[in-house]
Amino acid sequence: MKLTLWTYEGPPHIGAMRIATAMEGVHYVLHAPQGDTYADLLFTMIERMNKRPPVTYTTFQARDLGSDTAELFKDAARSAYARFKPDLLMVGASCTAELIQDDPGGLAAALQLPVPVLPLELPAYQKKENWGAAETFYQMVRLLGKEYVLPPGEKRAHRPAGIPPSCNILGPTALGFRHRDDVVEIRKLLRQIGVRVNVIAPLSAKPEDITRLHEADFNVVLYPEVANSAAQWMNKNFGQPSTKTIPIGFKATQAFIQEVCTLAEIQCDIEELTKRSRARWYALSVDSTYLTNKRVFIFGDATHAIAAAKVASEEMGFQVVGLGTYSRELAREVREAATQYGIEALISDDYLEVEQKITELQPELILGTQMERHIAKRLKVPCAVISAPIHVQDFPARYSPQMGFEGANVLFDTWVHPLMMGLEEHLIGMFREDFEFHDGAAPSHLGHGHAKTSANEPIKAEESVEVVSAAVVNGVPTMESVWEPEAQKELNKIPFFVRGKARRNTERFANERGLPTISLETLYDAKAHFGR
Amino acid sequence: MNRIIPLQSAPAGCDSVTPLNILKERGQREVFCGLTGIIWLHRKIQDAFFLVVGSRTCAHLVQSAAGVMIFAEPRFATAIIDDHDLAGLADANEELDRVVNQLLTRRPDIKMLFLVGSCPSEVIKLDLSRAAERLSKTYTPRVRILNYSGSGIETTFTQGEDACLAALAKEIPQVNEPTTQAAVDLLIVGCLADVVEDQFSRMFTELGLSSYAFFPPRRSGNLPKVGPNTHYLLAQPFLTDTARVLEELGAIRIPAPFPLGVEGTEAWLAAAANTFAVQPERFEKVVAPKRERAKMALERQRKILDGRSIFFFPDSQLEIPLARFLHRELGMQLTEVGMPYIHRQHLAEEIALLPKDVCLSEGQDVEKQLDRCRSANPDMVVCGLGLANPLEAEGMTTKWSIELVFTPIQGFEQAADLAELFARPLVRKTKLAA
Repeated sequence: MKLTLWTYEGPPHIGAMRIATAMEGVHYVLHAPQGDTYADLLFTMIERMNKRPPVTYTTFQARDLGSDTAELFKDAARSAYARFKPDLLMVGASCTAELIQDDPGGLAAALQLPVPVLPLELPAYQKKENWGAAETFYQMVRLLGKEYVLPPGEKRAHRPAGIPPSCNILGPTALGFRHRDDVVEIRKLLRQIGVRVNVIAPLSAKPEDITRLHEADFNVVLYPEVANSAAQWMNKNFGQPSTKTIPIGFKATQAFIQEVCTLAEIQCDIEELTKRSRARWYALSVDSTYLTNKRVFIFGDATHAIAAAKVASEEMGFQVVGLGTYSRELAREVREAATQYGIEALISDDYLEVEQKITELQPELILGTQMERHIAKRLKVPCAVISAPIHVQDFPARYSPQMGFEGANVLFDTWVHPLMMGLEEHLIGMFREDFEFHDGAAPSHLGHGHAKTSANEPIKAEESVEVVSAAVVNGVPTMESVWEPEAQKELNKIPFFVRGKARRNTERFANERGLPTISLETLYDAKAHFGR
Repeated sequence: MNRIIPLQSAPAGCDSVTPLNILKERGQREVFCGLTGIIWLHRKIQDAFFLVVGSRTCAHLVQSAAGVMIFAEPRFATAIIDDHDLAGLADANEELDRVVNQLLTRRPDIKMLFLVGSCPSEVIKLDLSRAAERLSKTYTPRVRILNYSGSGIETTFTQGEDACLAALAKEIPQVNEPTTQAAVDLLIVGCLADVVEDQFSRMFTELGLSSYAFFPPRRSGNLPKVGPNTHYLLAQPFLTDTARVLEELGAIRIPAPFPLGVEGTEAWLAAAANTFAVQPERFEKVVAPKRERAKMALERQRKILDGRSIFFFPDSQLEIPLARFLHRELGMQLTEVGMPYIHRQHLAEEIALLPKDVCLSEGQDVEKQLDRCRSANPDMVVCGLGLANPLEAEGMTTKWSIELVFTPIQGFEQAADLAELFARPLVRKTKLAA
């Protein structure tokens, strides 16, 4: 049993729903009690979908448990087929139905429907949403692709001369973070490279399209959390290699083009393809100097977190002070990435642990999920969202991919937007008792409403910061240095968004030197000691 | 599934059904389970914490229904059961004790803890009442520990509040002596917004009632005393179990319509006033100015809503009182009024006020109901969040029913606000069409 305030991922059947909802011609019959239909609103409200997810819930009740829930399931599957006429029926159980062990797969098979039935076993008490999505996609690819498996020992036939290379794009689902726009961007890029897109799946694919996956020369895996297991199976059984580079950021997009060209066995002019990127130039322009070594904390699914860290460090010039993921399946990859920044990765799906880590690290920017947005709001730290789980505002009306060159432009804008602009930061440093450039002032382009909330509570947020950081930084707090009033006054002149860090550093400096009091001089000694 | 189980002769559709001949359906229900009530209950009882003992699905449901994480640290959480608990590798009771300890250590401000049962905890027969008893021994008097079930196999949406309040009502100290003055005369039962509670409070005082209390109290320690002298007045139409517990304590229900709209509010107040023999003149003096003001405020919305047709999907159990208000005070035409279940006794006064040709349905088979809704083609559809956008995309105008549970809508001063909630989608449609 685990105490959980917020979850980063839903149960695995939500992953299956993300596949079914992304596709066309698929219906999912879920053995589930009343209440599980809440999942519909994830799609209709958060993603603002204009149709209901293609899911039928059996809605069994306590009084059915003694009688025949299996019959209830069969009735539901039969009438769902009659009403929706899908080309493929997915069947499975949610957490409660798993306990009553009705075997939806066997029951559905007994109905002898004229379409393929995909039975899903998604252990709700062990696994989570992304695993459920990956497993569903993998099982579907296997079921519909089994006729095309290469005989043992046989190699894939080489593409005949004169036929352009082709690939599948794998991984985009419903409720994915910017999947819809990423697909458009990457598809455009592949067209420019000269690679034909055979099938995009699961998003917008029909079961019939899944049977055609084997026709492509290779696979482009955009979201490994969802598509890795299917891509590995296709590599083994269809002889299709797949891309490893995730085209998030300017450099990764270049590397992605290179990888695609190698797999497609074609020449391409990367320079030419790169020309229209603005993000690169924006980062190089002098006004971006103030971004240098901004301390950033990154948390999300493994793919987005690793990519964001690379972009933050190599393309924005930030300093990555924290990197973590809730995707335990890809923990190893995130740990490896973290060593590049000289830090230890945080692998956790415990919201409280993430919050504590952020509190300790006191970053100047958080790149995270919807959850970290809340932590950031509480700690008054600027934040941008880079990964699911996400909320309604992360499905913008405008075109806003994360991948490809346009994606890199979007990242630059989105990450810089919450920050105070360079000159503004200086002015606050200079005129800190100014009535407009005071402590609580928020970045002026974010408006008055924003400033108001910051002005009311920064001290409270900072105090909560102090408690935790003192406990952690000092380990066993043997001695507490006392602030002299003059030093305390000077500390208050430091802008609030760095004051917590200044206080912590000064106290650490004093403690390490056994100073009983912190004077004005101690403050500046510490500043010189820790200065960048 | 997909069977119609009529009470009397089998009706083909809803249009031939009269109020006493309700269309009963079974099938897919597009309704939340009782866990959802935690979202407003934890705001109402300000020193209580709600710990769902359930699955990851339960945790995901509560956070999704809560508008996804609106509070940095909420007063609800889930103890997620995992395969160790199921395989018997870990003793589920010991695990629960550990989680409760972790939680109460973290939140010393909590005075009352509800262990909330879920579908999985019910199916594996984890006895939360025994757990609550056991844990109470450890944490009394610092924290009171109660339990109730919000599981989807037993409760629908607002029934979660009923189950919670019934558990809390069992804690009410019973006053056996009918002569004693310790018990309250009037108990108003059901979560109301604080502002509404304050308005009603002032009116009861003006009517000359001195001994009244609201249940649940804002602080868990302020439980009212109840005895055979207590009359209770339901403020919400979904409190079946709570009412039963109160009656076991000797309290007597005051039958009344619910305080939605001007007419409902007046009748509700009048039922209380009559019980305590308030003089009609005094009642009129207190109520008339507020009633007239509310009627005036309603007029503006009536211009928009009059003559429009409305269809209710089952959701919050407020459907019948809302339909009565919209029909009688705003001139709306009722098509189908669906409810998860119909408590005939508590709703008797409401049903009597409905037009005779109304179609009432109980339970749900969502696909068939959608068919009926499309064929009725109403001017407005009241439905849950899962259906609203898809129906809008089909060209219908919808009102999400969950908003009706989160908004102050009871009483005279809120009557026009309630009407405006229904007028707004129509006004918006007109604006965007122009």
